[in-house]
Parts: sequence; C-alpha cells; structure tokens
Amino acid sequence: MSGQEHGGHTRGFELFHIFQELPARSSEIPVAPEPDPTEPVALTVDDRPVEVAPGETILDACRALGVETPTLCHAPNLTPVNACRVCVVEVEGQRTLAPACSRRAEAGMVVRTETERVRTARKVVLELLGSSVDLSLAGRHQPDGGLAGWMERYDADPARFGPAAAPAEAGERDARPTGHHHVPDGSAAETVAQPVKVDNDLYVRDYSKCILCYKCVEACGTDAQFTFAIAVAGRGFDARISTEWDVPLPTSACVYCGNCIGVCPTGALMFRSEHEMRAAGTWDESAQTVTETICPYCGVGCTLELHVQEDQVVKVLSPSDSSVTGGHLCIKGRFGSSFVNEKPGR
Amino acid sequence: MDLHVVAPLPSPAERAAVDALLDPVLGPATTWSGGARAIGADGRAARGGHAARARRDLLLPALHALMDRVGWISPPGLGYVARRLTVPPAEAYGVATFYALFSTTERPAAVIHACDDIACRDAGGETLCADLERRLGPAGHPAPGAPATWLRSPCLGRCELAPAALVTVAGEQPRAVELAPADAANVRAAVEGNPTRSAPLAASLPQLGTPGRRITGRIGVVDPASLADYRAHGGYRALARVLAIGPEQTIAEVTASGLVGRGGAAFPTGRKWAAVAAQPARPRYVVCNADESEPGTFKDRVVMEGDPFALVEAMTIEGIAVGAETGYLYLRGEYPLAEARLRHAIAEAESAGLLGPAILGTEHAFRIELRRGAGAYICGEETALLGSIEGRRGEPRNKPPFPVEVGLFGKPTAINNVETLVNLPLILADDGAAEAYAQIGTPGSRGPKLFCLSGAVARPGVYEVDFGVTLGELLALAGGVPEGRSLRTILLGGAAGVFVGPDALGMPLTLEGARAAGATLGSGVVMAFDEQADLAGTLRRIAAFFRDESCGQCVPCRVGTVRQEELLARLERTVAAGGMPDAGQLGLLRELGQAMRDASICGLGQTASSAIESALRIPGLVAG
Repeated sequence: MSGQEHGGHTRGFELFHIFQELPARSSEIPVAPEPDPTEPVALTVDDRPVEVAPGETILDACRALGVETPTLCHAPNLTPVNACRVCVVEVEGQRTLAPACSRRAEAGMVVRTETERVRTARKVVLELLGSSVDLSLAGRHQPDGGLAGWMERYDADPARFGPAAAPAEAGERDARPTGHHHVPDGSAAETVAQPVKVDNDLYVRDYSKCILCYKCVEACGTDAQFTFAIAVAGRGFDARISTEWDVPLPTSACVYCGNCIGVCPTGALMFRSEHEMRAAGTWDESAQTVTETICPYCGVGCTLELHVQEDQVVKVLSPSDSSVTGGHLCIKGRFGSSFVNEKPGR
Repeated sequence: MDLHVVAPLPSPAERAAVDALLDPVLGPATTWSGGARAIGADGRAARGGHAARARRDLLLPALHALMDRVGWISPPGLGYVARRLTVPPAEAYGVATFYALFSTTERPAAVIHACDDIACRDAGGETLCADLERRLGPAGHPAPGAPATWLRSPCLGRCELAPAALVTVAGEQPRAVELAPADAANVRAAVEGNPTRSAPLAASLPQLGTPGRRITGRIGVVDPASLADYRAHGGYRALARVLAIGPEQTIAEVTASGLVGRGGAAFPTGRKWAAVAAQPARPRYVVCNADESEPGTFKDRVVMEGDPFALVEAMTIEGIAVGAETGYLYLRGEYPLAEARLRHAIAEAESAGLLGPAILGTEHAFRIELRRGAGAYICGEETALLGSIEGRRGEPRNKPPFPVEVGLFGKPTAINNVETLVNLPLILADDGAAEAYAQIGTPGSRGPKLFCLSGAVARPGVYEVDFGVTLGELLALAGGVPEGRSLRTILLGGAAGVFVGPDALGMPLTLEGARAAGATLGSGVVMAFDEQADLAGTLRRIAAFFRDESCGQCVPCRVGTVRQEELLARLERTVAAGGMPDAGQLGLLRELGQAMRDASICGLGQTASSAIESALRIPGLVAG
C-alpha cells in the first residue's frame, strides 16, 4: 500500500476524470440546462469589498477574503442547520446576529465579524459548549483553525459557569421526561457527560462529546443515506441523538454506513478501532499516514482515505469534495478493510 | 423508504384509536402499513407509500389519538403509527418526545397538570402541588396501581382564576377538564368524572355588561354554540362584504386600517397579506396561531370560548383575501373547552355553506382544519408552529425565507394570531369601517387592544381598551391593587417581557410608548406583584420555564437557559443568606443574556433573559 505523510493525499487514480471528459455518446442523454448568466453578488466584509456567486453564503464571502470564521455544525456536503451559532456575524440593519454559514450573501450587505457583539456572542457560545460538552476532540478537522485556537482568540473561559456537575448514569439522559427538570441549586454546571455507548463492533457513540449539531441525523437521513436510524429526541438541554426508544444500534434501522462518523465534528461518533486505541493510549495521529485510493468492492468507485497506523487501517474516510462520494460511503467501504489488516493473507 | 419497525403488535385499543383517525383519510391499513393481508379492489395487497408519506401532518393527531385512548404512547403504538404514515420510527420517537403532553412511559389514565407558573404559584398553586404530592406521591412518579398521577405545568392560561389545573383522563371516552380556581376537591371530582363547577364568565371578563367594547362585545351576549345567534349580532356581515368587494380591496382596507399583529411582533397585517397574495406559488395557506402559551396570557382563550364564530369568520376572510383554500387553526393542547367550541363552530359554518367548496354560493372555497398542540411553548413561534403542523418537532426555522414566501409545506403562508384576526370583522363589516378603525387608539398604535390582568389586582381578567390608556388607568380599571397592599412591580408582556416599577404607571400602553420606556406590550400581559410577592422565586420560575421550553436546537438557548437558571439559583442562595449579589455573577448573567439575545435562532432564546435582566435592573427589587 502506498502512502504519504499525514495531510498529503495520493491522487493517483484519475479514471473518473477521464470518463468525465469523454464526449456525450448520444444527444439523447439529458443535459442540465446552462445556468442563467447572473451577476455576482457584491458585499463588504469588515469594510473589504468581495464578490460571491449568487446563492453563496456570508461564510463563502468570509472564506474568499481569508476572514477566519469558526464553524462546527457546518459541512460543505450537508444542508446547513446553523445550530451551533459559533459563526454568527453582524449584518448592518439587522436586529440580531446572522449565522454566516447559512445566510445567503445579498448585494450591498455590510457584514462585520469583529464587533463587540460578534466577539461576545462567539465567546459565550464557545463557553456554553465548553462548559457542557467534552470538546477535547472537537473542531480539529474544521477549516479556519481548531477549537483551542478559537477559545484563545475569543478569550473564552468555560469555567466561569462553575464546576462541572457529576456525569449522568447510563441511559439516564435518554429517559428524562420532556418539559420537567430537577431544579438546580447552582452549585455546579450541568453537562451532557454520560458513559460511552458501545453496542456493536464497528463504531461507538460518546454523547459526552455531542454538541447536537444535527450533522449525523442529516447524513443518516435526507442528506446522504436515507436510513433514518437516528433522530433528535427530547427537548431543550435534554435533547439528544437517539434511535427509537434508545434501542441499541443493532436493533435499530442502522446499516453501518458510518456516514455519521464521517461528518461528526467532535469525535462523539468514532470507529471502535480508534476508540479502543485511544483508551489503550496507542492512538497516535503523528504516526499515521493517509492514503487515497478507490474502494475495492463494487463498481461505483468510491474515493477512500485510508488512515494507517503501524500497517493497520485504523479509520476510513472519504473526502467531502469527492465527486463520487460527496464524503459518504457504505458499510463495505467504511468498515470493509479488515482483510488488509490480516497479515498472513496479504 | 424501507421502514424498520421492531416493536410488537399494537393492542386492539391502540389500533382502533389510530385507525379511527387515519382510515377515513388513507383507507384501511394494508400489509404495507401494518394491516392484515387482504387483496383490495385494485388487486393489490399493499398500498400506502407515497400517499401515506404525504400525510405526515397526521402524525401529531395520531399521537394524540393514542394518548387519548390509552394514556401513553407505547412502543407498539408508536410503531403502528410510524408504519401507517411511513414515518421512520426514530423520527416519530423524536416527535413524540418533543411535546410535554405526550408521554412515552406508561402512567395512570388520569393525569393532573397543576400550574405552578408565575401567576399561580403564589396564588395557591404551590399549596395545590403540595396537596397532590401528599396524596399521589412525587410529581410524575405514580405509586403502582394509583388511579392518577400529577405533574407540574407551565402556565395554563387561566391566570385570572389562579390557581389553574388541567385534568386529562384517557379512555374510550377521553375527558379533559380545565379547573380554575383548582382545589383538592374539584381536582378529585374531575379525576373521578364528577361534574365540576366553572366560574362565571364575569370572573374572566370583568367588563361584561359595560358597553363600547368592539372585540369582546359579543362575549357573554351570544350563545357560543349558535351560528344564528352570531349572525343576529352582526356576524358574517364582514364576510359577505369581502365577497362583494374582492380580495384586493379587502387587503387595501386592512392596510388602511393600520392593524398590526397582536402576537407581539406588531407586523402590519395588510402588508403580510399583500406579500402572500403576491406570491406566484400555490397552494397558499392561512394559519391561525392559537397556541397561546406566554405565561400570564389568556385573552385568546376567552375570545375563542366566548365568540368562536368570530375567529372562523375572520380566518375565512383572510383565506379569501390571500387566495388560500385551506386554513389551519393551531390551538394549544391545554384548551379543551375552546377546542370543543371551535370544532362545533367550524362544523356549523360548514353545514351553512360558510365554509366549504363554494362559500355563500361564490367560487371561493375555504376550509379550516383544527390542529391541537401538545404542550410546547415554542410552537407559538410561527415557524416552529408550521413544523408542528407538518408533523415534526417544533423547531424554529431560520428567517429568511419568511413564511409569506416559504411557509407551511413550503408554500406561501399568512400566519396571524387570534386577537389580530378577530379585529377583521370590525374593519371590514361596513364601507368606511377601516377608516373609522384607524381613528381608534393613537397614530402609532391603532385599534382596540386586549390586556390580561392578573396577580395583585382586585378584578383580574381580560380588559379591552383602546391603545393609549396608561398603565395606571388600566390597573385602576381592574380595581387597582387590593386594599391594604402596595404595588411593587408589574410584569409587562409575560415571561418574555419586562418588569417595570410603579414609576411606569404613567406609561401609555401603545407600541411606541412601550418602546420608549424600554418595555414591550408583548402578548398583553399585565401581571402585578405586591410587596408580599416572592420575586426571587418568580424569577427562578421564569428561568425554569425557558429551560423547559427551549427546543434545544441552538446552543445559546439550549445551554444558555440552563446556565441562566443556575446563575439565578446561585444569586438566590447568596441573597437568602443575607449577602449582596456578586457583581461578577451579575455581569456574567448580563453577558449571557446579550449572547442569547444576539445569537439565538428565534424569539424564545432572544427574549429568555429579558424579564430577568429587567428585574435585576430595578434597584432593590430582588436583592434586599
């Protein structure tokens, strides 16, 4: 297996690009109509003029200018839900702040990303997340820096809200009645901490790390897999990602495509291999290589990124900008590499 | 989609309850949707799929059917509903667990919802809760075999007769009884199915019998069950005139009247309608927001119970004006009496040709579907309400796009509050009525306005006044603070509103007057607190309310409401111990409030800190 250092990708297999360049075989093949020529949208971000294509967002404008914008619930291959609110910006003339990730850029918009209101909102949102969720693995793969950097940039101090309350017992958060809660005495800050859910051989769910960004629900549902094994259940702070009646995954509709793992921004969903190696202290990303290849199973030809540590495939992802997968795989591509790890058979 | 339903079979009672609702719409269950194998007339054994999936909006009614029949939503019951409507079980579970009136754990058939919210807690609500706890055990934890259980409830919209309770009893003949004032005796009677006395109407509408009221004038005068009586008192004149003058002129007159939304946002109604009518997309929808749940608000309930035909007529007018053929009336689940009266009014209007395919013989068609909420304050937010009608969790959507463009089922939708709508007959009944209406009130706030007075006033209830009377005059109308007590503060606009001190009594009750004073009229709540009131406890209850009612979608609100309650708890402990509030903690509370106001998706998070911050700004109010 060929490999490069982490961060570099082998882009050896160009077959699909060749296919795409072939002329259409027949005029009968339906072709999407050319988009209407439309004017780019001109706006300003922090007093700097920028143009984006119609339909693009404030976030696109920020990225075009290199204005670093924290994002957690945003992913290029999913419908924006703008639930995390770390990307909020000030739009002149608007009463409240706007989520950059989903608000479409409009001509003449005046956007500011460094005002006191934006800084306070981002700081407090990061503190609210930090004081309620285990963010130790959050935001590492999001663009524009990682969570630790944002915490520092916005001077966020989650400890301001007090010491963390004791974690919940297994299943306790899944059984809370809606609309009723224990009145707190204020001595500690409530969290979502709870034991990891390990109910199958392929992946684990550590909802202590869940920021409820809805990405896994979207990937399981209409944005990728159409399996609908999980949804958001409960309400308010007791809202959680759940199967029906919190049944274990093997009892649920889950088909183990692992697309939820692929989109999880906080490490709450994780390959069991990674989870166990982390628990054993053997997980070492600096010793891992990433090899881009094509899935060996069916004829679709999905792009795979094999994360390899000590000659073992420890995790399989697919780039979200892949024209074949859009970042999403099936059970075989995602979890079917164990034969590679079987040394005697190689 | 390939549904994966693992639960065992539903009980005959559950199946019958769901079938009674769905069979008339979808036909009997087939092998696809959980029924027995039977070849239909078309030769197929399995039908469902697309047709059933398109009716996800029946999910909440189906869950209500289970609750009403067996008292809880069991795994087989939910599985059966999921199959019949082709809704993934995980999503159906997500919906069932979103609403506080639904239970996904088994419990006794009779449930007592005791209000412990801001108007009721000091007015006997806590006493009632203590009594229920003595008799039935802790809230939500019934003893095995107990005939009833009890729960604490947010505001039940009967603040004028505090304390309030709602008793629901599941069964073949489900019952729901609203009690106000509630006490141990009438709660027991309601659970056992014995009749309970209800307070006279004058206790809710103290102006009963005084002339000059425009919106509430028919209440207590007409028989709410009689269409003939409604028509004899001027009812349906406006609809007849609207049919004659046509939609464009109707919208022009509503615009000219200066009517603005009474739900809190004060958006011009005519402009909203014009925007919907200008949309090319069809069908268009009309939605009436009757999910009155703001703590301290009960005006819409009094209107709907006392003059239900007025709302039916107003919705019909709106439908004709914006070119919609279907209207949804989304009523909060805690109003069974209003529900019964509105259902009756809709049925009467249908049989009289005032609703249906040809209204009064014209080519205009309009029908009204009543949908019952299930215990979620957030569904009063217009986009959350739309989601709830569609059979989803009541999670607000981002605006833009606004519902006038992308609303119910993705179509242009005009959403108006009950009080806004019942102004319409007044504006449209006669030539020149719109101009006359525009003369009522002040130039910035036109028309009559309903206020909900509760707390420390001599005669609480719904009061109709013209915009422009002062807060002091309104309090005087309600008899002022009872003899021997003194006014300490007034909560304006409900839990999402602001506290003002006695120095604000000169404030004119107009949109502009409230704005100038940094206050809000919100939903028309005027709740008075005297010197005996437990204000620290009231603030805690407000914080708890928002924590319970946050939908959980966005971080500032989901976590922020929890932190706000914790900070208040800390503050309360400090003050109770005789200490001064810590400046750092107060600053943190303000900073948190600003982030919630600025970064939350919807109005719930944006206003969740409003009342609390305003109370802490009044010197000496909470802290010593």
